[in-house]
Amino acid sequence: MGTSIPTPASNLGGASSLDNSDLRAWKASQVGDGSWRLADFFQETLAMTRRLFIQLQRRPSTLIAGVIQPLIWLVLFGALFQNVPAGLFGESRNYGQFLGAGIIVFTAFGGALNAGLPVMFDREFGFLNRFLVAPLASRYSIVVASALFIATLSLIQTAAILGLSALLGAGLPNPLGLLLVLTIVLVLVLGVTALSLGLTFALPGHIELIAVIFITNLPLLFSSTALVPIDFMPGWLQWVASLNPLTYAIEPIRYVYLHSDWSLGSVVLQTPFSPVPLGVCLGVLLGFCGLALVLIQPLLRQRMA
Amino acid sequence: MVAAVTIEHLKKAYGSVQAVEDVSLTIPAGEIFGLLGPNGAGKTTTIRCLCTLATPDHGRLEVMGIPVLEQPRRVRQYLGYIAQEVALDKVLTGRELMALQADLYHLPKPIAQRRMEEMVSLLDLEEWADQKTGRYSGGIKKRLDLALGLLHQPEVLVLDEPTVGLDIESRSAVWSFLRQLRAAGTTVLITSHYLEEVDALADRVAIIDQGRVIASGRPTDLKDQLGGDLITLRLREFTTLAEAEQAQQQLRQLAVVQNVIINTAQGNSLNLVVERQVNALGTVQEAMAAAGLPVFGIAQSRPSLDDVYLAATGRTLMDAELAAVGQRDLKQEKKQAMKGG
Repeated sequence: MGTSIPTPASNLGGASSLDNSDLRAWKASQVGDGSWRLADFFQETLAMTRRLFIQLQRRPSTLIAGVIQPLIWLVLFGALFQNVPAGLFGESRNYGQFLGAGIIVFTAFGGALNAGLPVMFDREFGFLNRFLVAPLASRYSIVVASALFIATLSLIQTAAILGLSALLGAGLPNPLGLLLVLTIVLVLVLGVTALSLGLTFALPGHIELIAVIFITNLPLLFSSTALVPIDFMPGWLQWVASLNPLTYAIEPIRYVYLHSDWSLGSVVLQTPFSPVPLGVCLGVLLGFCGLALVLIQPLLRQRMA
Repeated sequence: MVAAVTIEHLKKAYGSVQAVEDVSLTIPAGEIFGLLGPNGAGKTTTIRCLCTLATPDHGRLEVMGIPVLEQPRRVRQYLGYIAQEVALDKVLTGRELMALQADLYHLPKPIAQRRMEEMVSLLDLEEWADQKTGRYSGGIKKRLDLALGLLHQPEVLVLDEPTVGLDIESRSAVWSFLRQLRAAGTTVLITSHYLEEVDALADRVAIIDQGRVIASGRPTDLKDQLGGDLITLRLREFTTLAEAEQAQQQLRQLAVVQNVIINTAQGNSLNLVVERQVNALGTVQEAMAAAGLPVFGIAQSRPSLDDVYLAATGRTLMDAELAAVGQRDLKQEKKQAMKGG
């Protein structure tokens, strides 16, 4: 059938532009150049991130719900323990002030834990194949795009929680303290997003992913210092809380709320094994984040390839 | 002949299912190549391996002379992949998806911008490009999918079942578009279980069955290899195997008859290959009468690709298709395909 004559189809336009000479020349200039380029990584990451923000702009309900939910937590949960005698929650003036740090971290954590879900749906739907057949500089661009998106949402949520806490009388950290809060939120979000995407590629489908999210979310909240101080807990739970990365995000934020003279050496947490300075908390968070990124590397390379 | 794609002894299993047993292909540059076979024959797995979506268990693959397993990223620059099911983000517009695609292939902005406009006019998407893809009909979706796959001007375009689920008009539009692509020098690989599609489009074809290539070459050559015209003979509406075998014995003695196959899947009808341009019909009918065997129906035809398939496997594509439908666990396959690896 090699003799069939090309016939222009009724509903397809003229075939004048099947070949773009500029594009051909550009491609020829790329040939043999398998080198890794940061500019390529930025380009693909930015494009994936843009897609997520367009989705958000056209379907803003996740953002609206995501801002309202922690505020409801703050108000209702705060009111629940409003009449607890002063001094029971460490140095915090009232429970609302104590709770703010926990809600900030828990909200960022929850958002990042769910980061894998849209990617899982892309995978099930076949859209992810577009990324996988493309010559991406690195598949970490998928992780970074998700993390950038979730981080932006988390920062908006954090700002809303900080604002409402201030209105409820918890005050605000000093500017440098605010910067520390944002840094902690970002590091936590990057690490947890990486883990969530790792699960997305390791698990068979969204049902399993939702199940894992479900059994991870609240237990990690209750075994951290988000809702009560560590010295409130029974001994065994103190150990669990001391191994929970969320604790290392919550305590520095709580500390800078109360102490404008904070430094990296300030002891912010008293674990059963030793006192932990703020700088070490940051180190633990960075280590957790780095470990998560390294752990998912084989999944990115093999599961998707 | 310059090979655009070379596949040598590809093997791939998903769990205990051997999806591809042994597939070797050479696709010349600038041609349309058809991978024909029933559902479940291993076509999709073969192209998933080619497009770096699955890792083969064994075998060597090359695209434009570049080894796929060793240099997947370079190979991806040369390949365009159009999946069987169109997967679009329904919240985004066609133009936004094209911009995303252009960035995934790292096209410089000015070139990407022009190329997008070219694709929009080439595929007649002016009316749709700025609408969310959620509003598109099946045909429009396929056109956008083609635009996305061609945006980076791939040397080799791979299409998995390009016209499944399309209406007749869209199907013929896709066919003529693929011919235009070939005329412009692009190598096109399609998989299909439609005989007519492969027969109409492909310069070369490989027929694949149960994970193996059972015949390959130009469609005309494959048909000519069968030797001559075909006669389908039915002794009765439902012929017994014994009677069919008896007729087979008789027919083999005839000089004009080159080959006789009993098609067990079609009620033990007899498929004969006969010399061209002789009154074979009459000869066969006389032989049956002489042997005291009935003739319920008899017809002569030029061989089709289906006959090539039948000669190699003893069943028609349609029968293989029907058999496969009963055996497959589609959910399980989708899961496996999604896992990749």
